[in-house]
Amino acid sequence: MLGKLTWAAIPFDQPIVMIASGTVGLAIVGLLGLITVKGWWPYLWREWITSVDHKRIGVMYVLLALVMLVRGFADAIMMRSQLALAAGGAQGFLPPEHYNQIFSAHGTIMIFFVAMPFVVGLMNFALPLQLGVRDVAFPVLNSVSFWLTAAGVLLVNMSLVVGEFARTGWLAYPPLSEIAYSPGVGVDYYLWSLQISGLGTLLSGINLTTTILKLRAPGMGYTRMPIFCWTALASNLLIVAAFPILTATFAMLLLDRYLDFHFFTNDAGGNPMMYINLIWAWGHPEVYILILPAFGVFSEVVATFSGKPLFGYRSMVLATMVICVLSFMVWLHHFFTMGAGANVNAFFGIMTMIIAVPTGVKVFNWLFTLYGGRIRFTVPVYWALGFMVTFVIGGMTGVLMAIPPADFVLHNSLFLVAHFHNVAIGGVVFGVLAGYTYWFPKAFGFTLDERLGKAIFWCWFIGFYLAFMPLYVLGLMGATRRMQHYPEMGWQPLMLVALAGAVLIFFGIALTVVQLVVSIRTRDQRRDLTGDPWNGRTLEWSIPSPPPPWNFGLLPQVEGTDVYWAMKQVSSGTRSNAAGDAYQPIHMPRNNPTGFFVAFFAVILGFALIWHIWWMAIAGLLGEVTVGLVQAWRTNGEIEISAEEIAMAEKALVAREVAA
Amino acid sequence: MNVAHQAFGSSPEIPLSMQGPAPTSVVVGFGFWLFLLSDIIIFAALFAAYAVLSGETAGGPNGTELFDKGHVLLETACLLASSFTCGLGSLAVQRRDMQWTFVWMAATFILGAAFLTFEASEFSAMLTAGAAPSRSAFLSAFFTLVGTHGLHVTIGLFWLLVMMVQIMTLGFRPMVRRRLFCFSLFWHALDIVWIGVFTIVYLGAS
Repeated sequence: MLGKLTWAAIPFDQPIVMIASGTVGLAIVGLLGLITVKGWWPYLWREWITSVDHKRIGVMYVLLALVMLVRGFADAIMMRSQLALAAGGAQGFLPPEHYNQIFSAHGTIMIFFVAMPFVVGLMNFALPLQLGVRDVAFPVLNSVSFWLTAAGVLLVNMSLVVGEFARTGWLAYPPLSEIAYSPGVGVDYYLWSLQISGLGTLLSGINLTTTILKLRAPGMGYTRMPIFCWTALASNLLIVAAFPILTATFAMLLLDRYLDFHFFTNDAGGNPMMYINLIWAWGHPEVYILILPAFGVFSEVVATFSGKPLFGYRSMVLATMVICVLSFMVWLHHFFTMGAGANVNAFFGIMTMIIAVPTGVKVFNWLFTLYGGRIRFTVPVYWALGFMVTFVIGGMTGVLMAIPPADFVLHNSLFLVAHFHNVAIGGVVFGVLAGYTYWFPKAFGFTLDERLGKAIFWCWFIGFYLAFMPLYVLGLMGATRRMQHYPEMGWQPLMLVALAGAVLIFFGIALTVVQLVVSIRTRDQRRDLTGDPWNGRTLEWSIPSPPPPWNFGLLPQVEGTDVYWAMKQVSSGTRSNAAGDAYQPIHMPRNNPTGFFVAFFAVILGFALIWHIWWMAIAGLLGEVTVGLVQAWRTNGEIEISAEEIAMAEKALVAREVAA
Repeated sequence: MNVAHQAFGSSPEIPLSMQGPAPTSVVVGFGFWLFLLSDIIIFAALFAAYAVLSGETAGGPNGTELFDKGHVLLETACLLASSFTCGLGSLAVQRRDMQWTFVWMAATFILGAAFLTFEASEFSAMLTAGAAPSRSAFLSAFFTLVGTHGLHVTIGLFWLLVMMVQIMTLGFRPMVRRRLFCFSLFWHALDIVWIGVFTIVYLGAS
């Protein structure tokens, strides 16, 4: 009746897991209780859960990412504490099978459920505003994408309490991840949660690519798009091209595990190395899917707060697209030690070094934008400067490992761990936190506290160096990754320094919560009534904060790059429609619960497949079909907003601005 | 559908990229093209896996012993013919001709179902001969590649039925016409993938 699911699936014997999940469970029950008591459900359902507004969906993505950042960081600090203790004969407090789950969950969560939703959320929020349009190409599909991501998150978190998570590392290499060596449900949790959220990401990539290529304000040719739109275009093209490989690869591993196929097994002709090639054919582009939008954020931030147009716009576009293409030609550098031969390794080593060239072009463009500018040292600029210093170091250690003989020595060492955290934290995390601070006033109508923002930056910045510079040294000394304890007492001091760094990053994360609470409480002093708190250059700053549901009452006419900056030069910054043009009625998509229900049945389907509960899997599938059919017959998907209503709303917003 | 006309027709002096948001029919068609592209990449990964594993028979039967090329040729003819009838159906949709739309959609359905029947009989013959996917890596890759295509055809047939009911209940409104356009793109894309399967898997077996 319940497949493999029994009471034994709940780890009553592991106090750490039970206390952690008990606390989280109580917090969730408390939150749901509060919502029920306060009667917030109708509001949440109407304004958020069924919303197909790209701004709301973007905010929910970012919130999801921030919550999962806490979960992923909890794993991180457990690993750092374990390694600070487990020197010499000591075994620390985490037994190997638990430690293996923790490092696997940490990598999986941080990439798929923190970095991805954060980046997708920022793109969702900012792209239509920057492009001067009213929504993404497919608003309902957008909601489906978000809720599928949330379904993946739910399944991953369920594995904490019901069953176990993979012990295979974040990419689940076979043959270890095959049924013969991982007979538990951990790998199945991993595979199904990533299949479900991966589908969401793919649909989001299709949606945003279509938005950028087909929906732009009149006059916005490709070379007039803000640079963030270009980097988002590259990122979403990579999603469309790379995520299907991940889906196919996981499908093959699932067939191996469920139906005794032999794609990656040791016996019957299977080829485990094929998995490693395929997974990195997705995995390397994935790195650029995450970092390119971060580059876009820094480009916007640097230009805005220097008060100058971005230096070398066209070279920036070219560099972005070159990185987009080259990212598919370097995957083998993740496994030089596979034994593909000297010539193959040399090719991929050289390609990897070449990709540093367009990245270098970008760094110089940012530096030349800053040069001679009137720089305002706001929080996003702190992140941008911290990024430039940190990312260059990470890039150089990457080029170092692109040399195959050096990689043979450094492969699977803590040096590698330090390298990819150097680019992931110094690049992606700094980038999304800069974007969060930069666009927060646009989303909510008030700015975030500046002093706390700077404190958060310093915690992350110093914390990063303390946590990961020692790992470079330890890697050179021979410490391997995924190591639960070590005999060498000499490594312990550096491990303690790394733990101190992680603690500092913890304060950065805690202060992010404090900053949010303080900023909400003092929001009346930090209202953004003009819609343009940073003296911005692009179209999102030309509309009120927060924007009306339709974003633009009249679509702006675009004459060049930095449109809004140019508008302000001629008309001292008054809002669009100074000419008093007549408004036209607008068709907006109506709220739609399809996304929520798709995710609901996806969780049922995923859970049933993980635990081999076949009747429940069929029920989940039938649920999905039903939701699809209901959506197919929905004919009142749009609502018309009359011209008078728009005129009145726009007039009220202008009046508010004038009063300010 | 006249996508090209809508996209290029309005004002020739302003470049296409500067004409503002594209009409819904263009946006939907373009988005669906991107989806098909991603779907074809899934097949590309399965083709790559097949290419790597096609020689790994682990002492079991190989393609030459298993494949009946005459059988597959008939199967292929059904699918290609269904693409032709699907195209005629699209023309009938453009004329808003309900009767002929149904005729050609029914023909497409029957030919697609015939294709699936051929495939099912081939699979069941192989399974009874002991050539199951668990026998060898070659057979795993074969059943996955060909089976994924078959799964797509099955979903396509279900979609086709849904579209017939949609025309009956909702008529040829723009929403339904856009979906019919996407369906025909999907159906033709499955043909292209099958050409790859026929060439690489069946003709390539030595």
